[in-house]
Amino acid sequence: MTATGGFRLPAQPGELIDRSRLLPFTWNGQRHVGLAGDTITSALAADGVRVFSRSFKYHRPRGILTASYIDPGVTVQVDDEPNVRASHRRLAAGMTVTRQNAWPSLRYDVGTANQLVGRFLTAGFYYKTFIKPQRLWPAYESVLQRFASGGRLSGDSVHGYYDKRYAHPDVLVAGGGPAGMGAALAAAQAGARVMLVEEEHELGGSLRWGGVEELALLSELRAAVAAAGVEVLVDSVVAGRYDDNWVSVLQRGLPEVQERLVKARVKTLVVAAGLIERPFVFSGNDLPGVMLGTAVRRLVNLYAVRPGTRAVVLSANPEGDAAVADLRRAGVEVAAVVDARRGEDIHRALGKREVTGVELADGSRVDCDLLVTSIGWTTPTSLLNMAGDRPRFDAAAARFRPTDDLPASVLAAGGIVGDGTPEELVAHGRGVGAAAAGRAGFGGPSLADLPPPLTGRPHPGLFRGRTHGMVDFSEDVSSKDILSAAREGYDSAELVKRYTTATMGPSQGKLETVNTIAVLAEATGSTIAELGTTVWRPPYAPITLGALAGRIFQPVRYSPMQAWHEAHGAQPLVAGMWIRPDHYGDPAAEVRTVRERVGIIDVTPLGKLDLRGPDVPRLLNAVYVNKWSKLEVGSVRYGVMCAEDGVVMDDGVTGRLGPDRYLMSTTSSGAAAVWEHLEGWLQTERPEWQVHVTPLTTSYASINIAGPRSRELLARLTEGVDLSAEAFPYMRVRAGRIAGVDDCFMWRIGFTGELSYEIHVPASFGLHVWEALLDRGRDLGAAAFGVEAQRILRLEKGHLIVAQDTDGLTKAFDAGLDALVKLDKDDFIGRRELVWSHERGSAYTLVGLQPVDGSVVPPEACQIVRGANTIVGRITSSRMSPTLGRSVCLGYVLAELAGPGSLVTVQLPDGARIQATVMPHLAHIDPEGRRLRV
Amino acid sequence: MILLPCPWCGPRAADEYAYLGELTPRPDPQRATRTEWRDYLYLRANLAGWTTERWYHRMGCRRYLTVQRHTVSNDVRSVAAAGSGGEP
Ligand SMILES: [Zn+2]
Repeated sequence: MTATGGFRLPAQPGELIDRSRLLPFTWNGQRHVGLAGDTITSALAADGVRVFSRSFKYHRPRGILTASYIDPGVTVQVDDEPNVRASHRRLAAGMTVTRQNAWPSLRYDVGTANQLVGRFLTAGFYYKTFIKPQRLWPAYESVLQRFASGGRLSGDSVHGYYDKRYAHPDVLVAGGGPAGMGAALAAAQAGARVMLVEEEHELGGSLRWGGVEELALLSELRAAVAAAGVEVLVDSVVAGRYDDNWVSVLQRGLPEVQERLVKARVKTLVVAAGLIERPFVFSGNDLPGVMLGTAVRRLVNLYAVRPGTRAVVLSANPEGDAAVADLRRAGVEVAAVVDARRGEDIHRALGKREVTGVELADGSRVDCDLLVTSIGWTTPTSLLNMAGDRPRFDAAAARFRPTDDLPASVLAAGGIVGDGTPEELVAHGRGVGAAAAGRAGFGGPSLADLPPPLTGRPHPGLFRGRTHGMVDFSEDVSSKDILSAAREGYDSAELVKRYTTATMGPSQGKLETVNTIAVLAEATGSTIAELGTTVWRPPYAPITLGALAGRIFQPVRYSPMQAWHEAHGAQPLVAGMWIRPDHYGDPAAEVRTVRERVGIIDVTPLGKLDLRGPDVPRLLNAVYVNKWSKLEVGSVRYGVMCAEDGVVMDDGVTGRLGPDRYLMSTTSSGAAAVWEHLEGWLQTERPEWQVHVTPLTTSYASINIAGPRSRELLARLTEGVDLSAEAFPYMRVRAGRIAGVDDCFMWRIGFTGELSYEIHVPASFGLHVWEALLDRGRDLGAAAFGVEAQRILRLEKGHLIVAQDTDGLTKAFDAGLDALVKLDKDDFIGRRELVWSHERGSAYTLVGLQPVDGSVVPPEACQIVRGANTIVGRITSSRMSPTLGRSVCLGYVLAELAGPGSLVTVQLPDGARIQATVMPHLAHIDPEGRRLRV
Repeated sequence: MILLPCPWCGPRAADEYAYLGELTPRPDPQRATRTEWRDYLYLRANLAGWTTERWYHRMGCRRYLTVQRHTVSNDVRSVAAAGSGGEP
């Protein structure tokens, strides 16, 4: 192949290509060479390639229609990336480009057989064809996937870097054509910070494919925009506009970054999206070689590509006439110009694999390999719709036009509003841009007034011609399909869209919506104005999931002892935001260390709240189900919190450190929620109470020292506190110096069921105290234990874990907390429901369970069953107990089955059933609590 | 995403806040009937119009706010600290 290709023209004044830079690439395995600045399709069109894909349903050959981002028939695979828009994507050296949706090849496509059975693939074919029988769904799916292939991803593709950015421009202009550039310029000159977003690779819009005057205006505008300090984002698209001008912008084509999602809070949004050329509906309108006038103008002027050899042009506007001039200049023989303004028309396009001729309205035939239509426009009002505007159809101008039913912070400029010469569009943009800046607070209030609106010039109304053809090129919906849908009763725009899937494909209605409505109007004897347009919702353009996900901003928390855990082989456990040591290799050995000697565990994630003020006891009485008025200084108490519906929310111990000073601990996962719960009660229900709540969770490192030798170990490191059983009994708190560190707290509590001390030390000394404990406890056999060993220990002891052994329906009495709930308190959060819950009794009771065969550990969440399939309970916690050498569980059973010694049946995940015995206590070891009161 | 003016922090995006729903006064727990209490827990008017709501500025000043907002237009008529009056 030659670098310039057989269809490459001599230099054009506005061409984007760099003829000195050759880019080799492959297309379906064939070698091609394009030029820097080419799109994938322009490079291939320069080599005479005309068929780029097979259509979605009938597998008809498809070629270039619009030569822009929304070109529906040129979606290709590039290397490992599927669904690349080939008329937009810039060519790069070494690209491997392959067709999608053409199995086994573009030339011999088995899917073409669908055309022969086309009458079975009519409107609503998904609904009618793939319903029954249900057992065939897997087969249907694989067939559908093969025919509707959306490209392929290899499993090992690299997840690139996706970025996010927050921006706060005063004025954001969507669309970088003449009006958009004018608006950005005027706003920037008024002093506003302006962001100008253009979907294509360079500013200019339709000026780019204009003549000498347009190109001169373009270079003048580009220079002015650059000089005015406007931030220009090209190859970027405004995807959505949300409340209070929250605007999302997708930025593509960046170095080192796959895509960037810009979230902009904008004072004034200017929508200058221009116009999209609308296809004409007639038989054969989807054949390769049938193109829009703007596609021809892009190919000739931007890429110096001759789009054909012999052309017929159907023109209804000056843009079509300009296309004729471009073709002649490019050396294309223009065999016929059919002028719709004079009532002339074409009948159908002829050809099988591509267009070979045109049948005119009088029945005569003209041979050609290019049929160009310029018959009208679609107004891309998406962003205005999202701001509340409902465009009205202007029959004289043959297109929808926005009303001014918009918030003051959203303005429209340029072709989207009305028609004008390039200079008029720039002037309108300038006026709107100045108003946008004025509304954003720049340039004085007089500037906030809008310029006179552009009007729509008369334009013939051409939608469907004399024959039937494609309405939706992406979804393969023809005008016949829409007529038959209307006959079946789907006679509104929204219904026909959903039933036929017209406008629901990748171009999302930008090409198809108006023609769909026009054909529907024809079918229902209505008008486009009466039917109105469908609602455009965000996003305006496709956004990858990678761009939405962006970088992960989720914080991760480590305790001050993390370095030690890592150095000692800790298996990490993700617990909410925290990374915790699950175990250090052998959790069963860690359990035995605690039961027989002494173990230490890092419990830093435990929530810690400092409570101060005279009304703390009232707060504690309000949020806990038990009583707190008589807690003495130096004492700690266990408490359970419920929500107003009586459901268990959190638990923990709170200690009184001084007359007006308390320290509350919460579960690790509940730390943030409990803080907000307390603040909520204090700020909304009892603002008169004097309590300060200060979260200290990360200010202190927390260590639990558990086991029969724990007192001995802690005593070696503690100064100023008598640890003897008499001086520091169970459920007391002391403050003192540990391992030389002042201001440490020690609580004598026992989650594991052993003699144990929970110490809270200033976080910066956490690692020091941790290492000191292990160092000084070496001769006692002290060792670290992790979360898994703690879970086993507490299960052996029968302590419940909120949200493990309770769920979103478990009220306090259901969880066996009867002794704790003090209904004789006047009020507490959840009391009202708990009174009724107590009267009614609990259907289920939390019990200790032991499988009869102690070698079986029924997985958590196993059902407890009776008879064939009646559920009478569930296992909430289960482990093999190293202490007892058998499996132990907690679970719920129906109250009538909760008596000690009752045998229940547990169904395992594989369907097998085992027997388990209900135990007299929740605790499987030491139910009397002797071990922790030594 | 709407901008909600916090009396302490100024206009902030809604995702800085937790939306806690319509303001539902807590009935007297001693006297409330089951119906009254369950209405308080579960029933909301879900109006298309002006509502009084509770928001919590979680990523900001951590104050609970009483907000009067129009649920159709998202216009905000007033924002005040919870417990400072202006509540039904
Ligand atoms: Zn705030």
